[in-house]
Amino acid sequence: MSKLSVRSQPIAIRDVTKTYGSFNALENVTLDIAAGEFLTLLGPSGSGKTTLLMVLAGFTRATSGHVLVGSQDMTRVPPHKRDFGMVFQNYALFPHMNVFGNVAYPLRLRRVSRSEIDTRVARALDLVQLSHLAERPIDALSGGQRQRIALARAIVFEPRVLLMDEPLSALDKNLREQMQIEIRNLHENLGITTVYVTHDQREALTMSDQVVVIDAGRISQKGAPREIYERPANAFVADFIGESTLLPVQAGADGFAFGGRALRATVAPPGGLFLVARPEKMELHRTDMDPAYNLFEGTLHQLVYQGETVLAQVALPEGQTISMRLTSRREVMAALPEPGKPITLALHPEDTVIVPERGQ
Amino acid sequence: MTAASDPALQTGDNAAALRADELRERATLLGMSVPALLIVGVIVFIPVGWLFWLSFTDGDQLSLTHYRRIADITHARIFWQTFEISALVTVLALLLGYPLAYLMSQLSPRWAGICLIFVLVPFWTSLLVRTYAWMVLLQRRGLVNQTLMDLGIIDMPLRLVYNYTGTVIGMLHIMLPFMILPLYAALRTVDMNYMRAAANLGASPLRAFWTVFFPLSMPGVIAGSLLVFILSLGFYVTPALLGGGRVMMVSMKIQQDAGLYFDWGAASALGVALLVITLGIFWVLSRFMRIERLYGGR
Amino acid sequence: MLNRPASDTQITHARRLWLYAVAVLVMAFLILPTFVVIPMSFSDSRFLRFPPQGFSLRWYESYLTSPEWMQATWVSLKVAVLTTLLATPLGIAASYGLHVSRVPFSRVLTIALISPLIIPIIILGVGIFYLYVRLGVVNTIPGLVMAHTILAIPFVVVTVSSGLQQYDSNQELAARNLGASRWTAFRTITLPQIRGSIVAGGLFAFITSFDEVVIALFISGGQNTTLTRRMFTGLRDEIDPTIAAISSLLIVLSVIMLLILVLSNRQK
Repeated sequence: MSKLSVRSQPIAIRDVTKTYGSFNALENVTLDIAAGEFLTLLGPSGSGKTTLLMVLAGFTRATSGHVLVGSQDMTRVPPHKRDFGMVFQNYALFPHMNVFGNVAYPLRLRRVSRSEIDTRVARALDLVQLSHLAERPIDALSGGQRQRIALARAIVFEPRVLLMDEPLSALDKNLREQMQIEIRNLHENLGITTVYVTHDQREALTMSDQVVVIDAGRISQKGAPREIYERPANAFVADFIGESTLLPVQAGADGFAFGGRALRATVAPPGGLFLVARPEKMELHRTDMDPAYNLFEGTLHQLVYQGETVLAQVALPEGQTISMRLTSRREVMAALPEPGKPITLALHPEDTVIVPERGQ
Repeated sequence: MTAASDPALQTGDNAAALRADELRERATLLGMSVPALLIVGVIVFIPVGWLFWLSFTDGDQLSLTHYRRIADITHARIFWQTFEISALVTVLALLLGYPLAYLMSQLSPRWAGICLIFVLVPFWTSLLVRTYAWMVLLQRRGLVNQTLMDLGIIDMPLRLVYNYTGTVIGMLHIMLPFMILPLYAALRTVDMNYMRAAANLGASPLRAFWTVFFPLSMPGVIAGSLLVFILSLGFYVTPALLGGGRVMMVSMKIQQDAGLYFDWGAASALGVALLVITLGIFWVLSRFMRIERLYGGR
Repeated sequence: MLNRPASDTQITHARRLWLYAVAVLVMAFLILPTFVVIPMSFSDSRFLRFPPQGFSLRWYESYLTSPEWMQATWVSLKVAVLTTLLATPLGIAASYGLHVSRVPFSRVLTIALISPLIIPIIILGVGIFYLYVRLGVVNTIPGLVMAHTILAIPFVVVTVSSGLQQYDSNQELAARNLGASRWTAFRTITLPQIRGSIVAGGLFAFITSFDEVVIALFISGGQNTTLTRRMFTGLRDEIDPTIAAISSLLIVLSVIMLLILVLSNRQK
């Protein structure tokens, strides 16, 4: 299988602001995307992630700020001269052309010779393993096939950047997971700088080199998936990604405390307000544990059986309820007390993260 | 190495340039509608504005003379007859149109499509031709009188044309598609689950229709009726031909005043009155349906 | 068959027979009167009796050999073709511009464009006559074409706008992203997909102009009398069987246009 040659280029977004009337869709967004990086914009709907992608693609004009690709300022370049490939949420394949026609479209616009078009379309279809469907009409394709054709069409002209707008949201769960891996592999293969938009945190964590969490038009945190999950920079990220209970902490002279107990924490920024209590980081306290663990004493409220895991909900005397996730193995469940009985949860200092409200 | 680390690329404030780009793009796009707007403006709005002006002036002075002139019993009769015929045509069109539209809304798309052809063919046929057909059919020895006489229902031919009756029959025929099309569009969107629920709750089919379906179809009934009513108000060709001079509608009077007597003052005052009434009803209509939809848009 | 339920309320076909009967009668009322003209046109007699007496083509001959009728037909055809050629592109451009620019007042502009359908035609006739007298374009082809264009634009705007609303506009974004300018994207992606609406709009424009009577009564005359205007005048004076022949031809024309419309929309 031959490779398409792709120029991987870095992207720099500088102070991009987009306002609609008095509403700020994007507020001074500054972001660097390294050449060849797979970066995901993650955020709830209305956060501005799609607006940012549309600004990159050139379909939405920023109110101010710059988008630079390689060494070129793209801010005022019209979309058709940007040379960015894009995969749309609903694929936007052209129903009046067949698969070949769709994939050849960007090449025809670039006046590529007929024989060259044939080889390049074949290569792109090969890359998404659909060479046998070249003559099919679009409406005869399944959702997954459409997705791949859209991908082939977006990369066949060797774009400088690949943009993807929630491309997997229309697929069912199994196919989605399979496509996540395929897109990831394709990215490894091509090394093209990719900006991917999703509201699905699992997808973001699975696929990306870098995740950018966007909230209300601002970048809330940027980091590798693991960093975003394990070391959320603020309450918004902690709350939005993964399950967590945010426990209000008291700031003292020598660190933070919860329920009168001092907390041993790895991440304890000044202005910290909440302890991020994630169910899967909690352990059932044992007497042989390292005394450095932070302990939470409460009453086992109820056990929620979820198949492979069990969620133990523990009511704290301070009023909050925190959860602990355990595997549903026999001996793990046997160690639990009866509901209504006291229970003590333990959290490793390495997993003890304290976050400020919002912003950085 | 990222692009932004190159200081040469740290370009300055570009908000003004971007705003100019945005405005230019919007102007270009909006500009595409300018030729059409221009021709409509010149050929429609200038003459209509002119009529307004004419109707409110006498010589060079602002005056209500022309309105005072049309506020007499002759004109009142004409307006009354116009309203009466329009209302009659509307009611008859609703009575004939509703059953067909209802049936079409219940049929499979295939059969509904076939029925639709029966509505669209007359809709697409010149109204002059259709009016002519009625002149032929309804004349003294036309097909209708002949059939009635052959069947022994009447001894003498009836006067069916060049009078009120002929006008109403002809207008009804022309207006029926304008009733059926919006009605059908509205009836089709009535959720049949309500009917299922009504049947499930023990309503007889007739009761389910009157208590559930019919009230839900009211927007379509109102839209179709108002459309037929206003189109009838301004109708000219059919009453002029089938009325045989015994029917005088507002539009015919306007034509007479302007075309025969060159009495622009009276014509313009009548025109403005007719226009104001029509636009008023259209405004009511637009509460029930997007105006584009009445003409087959969505 | 008759006892099978016909709808969700379990009403049987038998109990709905009256509804079918009414519907068939209404459809007959809609379509038969018009088509009665066709057999009449082949009558041998000056009097339009039914069934027609004798068979002849004399009324078609009388139409085809009359210089007045031929002249009027040419005027109508010329005006209708020019109107279609003018109204269709103007209407497409306007609908597209208003569709994509999405400015707050684009709805007002749309209503302005379809206002000729709302204003009673007699008012337009009087007003346009008044304007044309001053412009000196009464009884001219350009005058007729302009007047018919404003009547045709609304139909083009309505059909094309409805086509654009059903069309997935992301496709145009995709095309532009892939390297097409706005114009190329419109031409290669949008246009082929709204072709049905455009054909419909064009047919509407043609038939609107060709069948128009009232405005022509005011602004067409002499050399440039349209076919419908001549028919209208003829009908007011006497029932000339030649008009039956012309009417039959017009019916055939309408049916052909409707067929083109149905077929062009079915291809999708």
